[in-house]
Amino acid sequence: MNEILDPLILSRWQFGLTTVYHFLFVPLTIGLATTVAIFQTAWVRTGKVHYLQLTQFFGKIFMINFAMGVVTGIVQEFQFGMNWSNYSRFVGDVFGAPLALEGLLAFFFEATFIGVWIFGWNKLSPKLHLASIWCVAFATALSAYFIIAANAFMQNPVGYQMNAEKGRAELTSIGELLTNKVALAAFPHTIAACFMVSAGLIVAVAAYHLSRNQHLDTMRPALKFGLWMMLIAGAGTMFFGDQLSLAMVQTQPMKMAAAEALYNTATGANASFSIFTFGTPDGQHELFSIRVPYLLSLLSTHSFDGTVEGIRELQAQYSAQYGPDTYSPTIWITYWAFRWMIGLGMFHMIVAAVGLFVTRKGRSPKRWVWRVAIWSFPASLLAMSIGWVFTEMGRQPWIVFGLLKTKDAVSPELTGFQVLLSLIGFTIVYGALAVVEFGLIRKAAIAGPAPVETADDGSDTPVPTATVY
Amino acid sequence: MDLAQLWFWIVGALFIGYFILDGFDFGVGISLPFLGKNDSERRVLINTIGPVWDLNETWVIVAGACLFAAFPEWYATLFAGFYLPLFLILIALILRGVSFEYRHQRKHESWKRSFDTMIFIGSVIPALLWGVAFANVVRGVPLNEHFDYVGGFWNLLNPYALLGGVTTLLLFFLSGLYFILLKTDGELHARAQKLAVKVGIITIVVAASFLVWTIIMSEFKLATIICSAIAAVALIGAVALNYLRKEGLSFAAVAVTVAAAVLTLFVTLFPNVMPSTIDPATNSLTIENASSSTYTLEFMSWVAVIALPLILLYQGWTYWVFRKRITHATIEAAAH
Ligand code: HDD
Ligand code: HEM
Ligand code: HEM
Repeated sequence: MNEILDPLILSRWQFGLTTVYHFLFVPLTIGLATTVAIFQTAWVRTGKVHYLQLTQFFGKIFMINFAMGVVTGIVQEFQFGMNWSNYSRFVGDVFGAPLALEGLLAFFFEATFIGVWIFGWNKLSPKLHLASIWCVAFATALSAYFIIAANAFMQNPVGYQMNAEKGRAELTSIGELLTNKVALAAFPHTIAACFMVSAGLIVAVAAYHLSRNQHLDTMRPALKFGLWMMLIAGAGTMFFGDQLSLAMVQTQPMKMAAAEALYNTATGANASFSIFTFGTPDGQHELFSIRVPYLLSLLSTHSFDGTVEGIRELQAQYSAQYGPDTYSPTIWITYWAFRWMIGLGMFHMIVAAVGLFVTRKGRSPKRWVWRVAIWSFPASLLAMSIGWVFTEMGRQPWIVFGLLKTKDAVSPELTGFQVLLSLIGFTIVYGALAVVEFGLIRKAAIAGPAPVETADDGSDTPVPTATVY
Repeated sequence: MDLAQLWFWIVGALFIGYFILDGFDFGVGISLPFLGKNDSERRVLINTIGPVWDLNETWVIVAGACLFAAFPEWYATLFAGFYLPLFLILIALILRGVSFEYRHQRKHESWKRSFDTMIFIGSVIPALLWGVAFANVVRGVPLNEHFDYVGGFWNLLNPYALLGGVTTLLLFFLSGLYFILLKTDGELHARAQKLAVKVGIITIVVAASFLVWTIIMSEFKLATIICSAIAAVALIGAVALNYLRKEGLSFAAVAVTVAAAVLTLFVTLFPNVMPSTIDPATNSLTIENASSSTYTLEFMSWVAVIALPLILLYQGWTYWVFRKRITHATIEAAAH
């Protein structure tokens, strides 16, 4: 009973669920804003009708998705105070600044121009209307930067000093905070991953229609665009993922050790990367594994004879430094999360490469190829969520690495009952909305691009369809 | 004036912005069942705020984030202490936000009706609860020596706070109606006018009692009396102007009312940010003990001073772009 009503555990569940949920919509917003902007630019530049159709088609999916991103984002903003008030007190001086910057510089901009874009068809000049979607695209990326910089502080605190009298961390350099090396790697990695997810959506939708031989004039170019985007974004994700691994090993060696379930420090060929492991249920002994020698050393240090610290050594070191406690996260989660993130990304790359090959010069492949391609969308979204679970759970027991533990961060006077109530409430509302949103996006995707209307004056100049609620 | 005080007023200004702007959005949402007789009318009403509700709502996100950055202690105490009301506000804002976007995605009558209901509920709850929350802050709440709220849920539902809630509910409803008058025409417009007159009179009565109670509670603080007086005059002016069919002026006057009412609460609070009813001398959160370090405040001030004028500029431009009245023809022309 106490276990169920523990405000700490419930708050962690609530934060984890609501954040992962928020981040189901964010990647599409970030990726599609730019994609739609590119299609619309092509339309304004070339006047080719299928670009207009693609703009409005993916624009509609973008809008359905966007509403969810906004409303779930507000929950995130409030939860730091509601459930983690001691955390807010401890880091507010540092952590609040990027959040405020995000609001003042990015959210306002984004929310204003999204309205202008949605309702501004035929009201503004085509160039000005085009500029508004680019403003949105820019603002989504900017907001991602600030929130990732905030999160990077939790992974690798920089630019602060401790104020013993007030018992809190205080900002000493906004420049250092915003150029945290974890943020510099995590931002391009996340943005590239967001583009993978939207490329996945575009490919999935195009594959669906092409396999039915419909909407060929819009979906053929969409497929090609999507596959190339998938390939390039995938390569970017891998490249920056590698950079991020380096930063992670330097700042949180325990996370890498946990990602590899590496109990004892290893060097060179022994620092091997296991692709697959079976162990005893307690995870302490390995029964069977497939290993690639040197790979872990390469990933962590970019050299063949590097040394990777093990969990036992780190545990001893941290206990001496921070007092007795368990300093490793839940190993099976980090181990498998790291592999699934990378594995799903590989699947994605294969789909992109094979897809480009089998559709070269307008060929059309067998049906099962299309079916596989459709899975690239859910696969990339899953990789995204898993990546965050890895990052956030891999940091445990810390909420701010080396400074504050998660168990000391929760709001002190919060009762388990209150959190249980809100957790149930969010779960029900989020669950119901997920069904509605998925249904709407599916319906819009299946309906395909609408035919273009022509001007009232009798000429057949194409005009965009106006939007109203 | 030191930087912490400056930020007290900036946070106040952000909340004023939020309540003026999202206030009339709530009002439009509340008016749906009263004014929207059929689907077409309800669409006209919703489309009056279509392009702007999102940016209006963003004001609370920015106000919250600036509160966090400038007064971490205040943010922490307020949000953890008012856990359940804020949870309800969040659920309401979620339902309202998605409903605008989703109601027109399908043609079924029952689909649209359920989203209409959600827009209504999603507008009433925040309009009421924001008033309750702010009135409680001004009145003072039980804070212990760690500045943690220890009063429980029911403590928040005291008569003064509830009156505050009803006041914001009515004020927002009224400003929503005035906004509708600016943005519609024809028969809908005529009905909105009739309703606005009635709501105006009730609002005057309720708001006046709330302001008087606030003045008494502030022990007749001069600033409180002045701000309340401005609010009262502006409100009576708004109702009179509405009666005279001066649509633009009456909307402006009700905006002044909202601003002055929020300001009343902030000047009453000053220099506290959250007075404690348990040992007010040591357990109260003040501008002094709740604020961030000078470095953070200095940096944030630069950002705010540069960004806020630009923000007002481009948001004002949006209102200008969408200044035309929404008619049935607008809806029909695009209704595919
Ligand atoms: C489509 C999604 C996707 C794919 C295919 C990958 N990642 Fe990733 N990864 C993410 C999506 C993601 C993410 C969800 O966006 C994370 C969470 C935090 C972050 O910054 O990005 C992340 C985090 C993350 C971290 C944790 C950083 C930290 O905790 O400080 C590392 C080390 C990597 N990734 C490395 C990789 C490598 C080496 C990959 C492949 C070669 C890879 N990721 C593919
Ligand atoms: C959007 C991407 C993110 C996802 C998917 C995500 C996911 C998670 C998950 C799964 C947890 C629970 C971990 C656990 O209980 O062991 C968590 C915890 C937490 N995360 Fe994140 N997170 C994200 C981004 C962020 C960002 C950007 C911040 C800060 C700005 C943040 C702050 C926190 C906090 C305060 C906790 C609570 C403490 C805890 O239980 O670890 N997260 N997050
Ligand atoms: C790395 C993790 C995160 C990233 C990259 C991110 C990015 C974004 C983006 C691009 C948007 C706008 C697009 C959309 O609405 O769909 C958004 C919305 C929002 N996010 Fe997140 N977010 C993250 C996690 C969080 C967290 C932890 C918070 C809490 C502080 C938060 C607060 C918000 C808010 C308040 C909104 C609504 C803004 C609006 O009205 O436009 N986000 N987020």
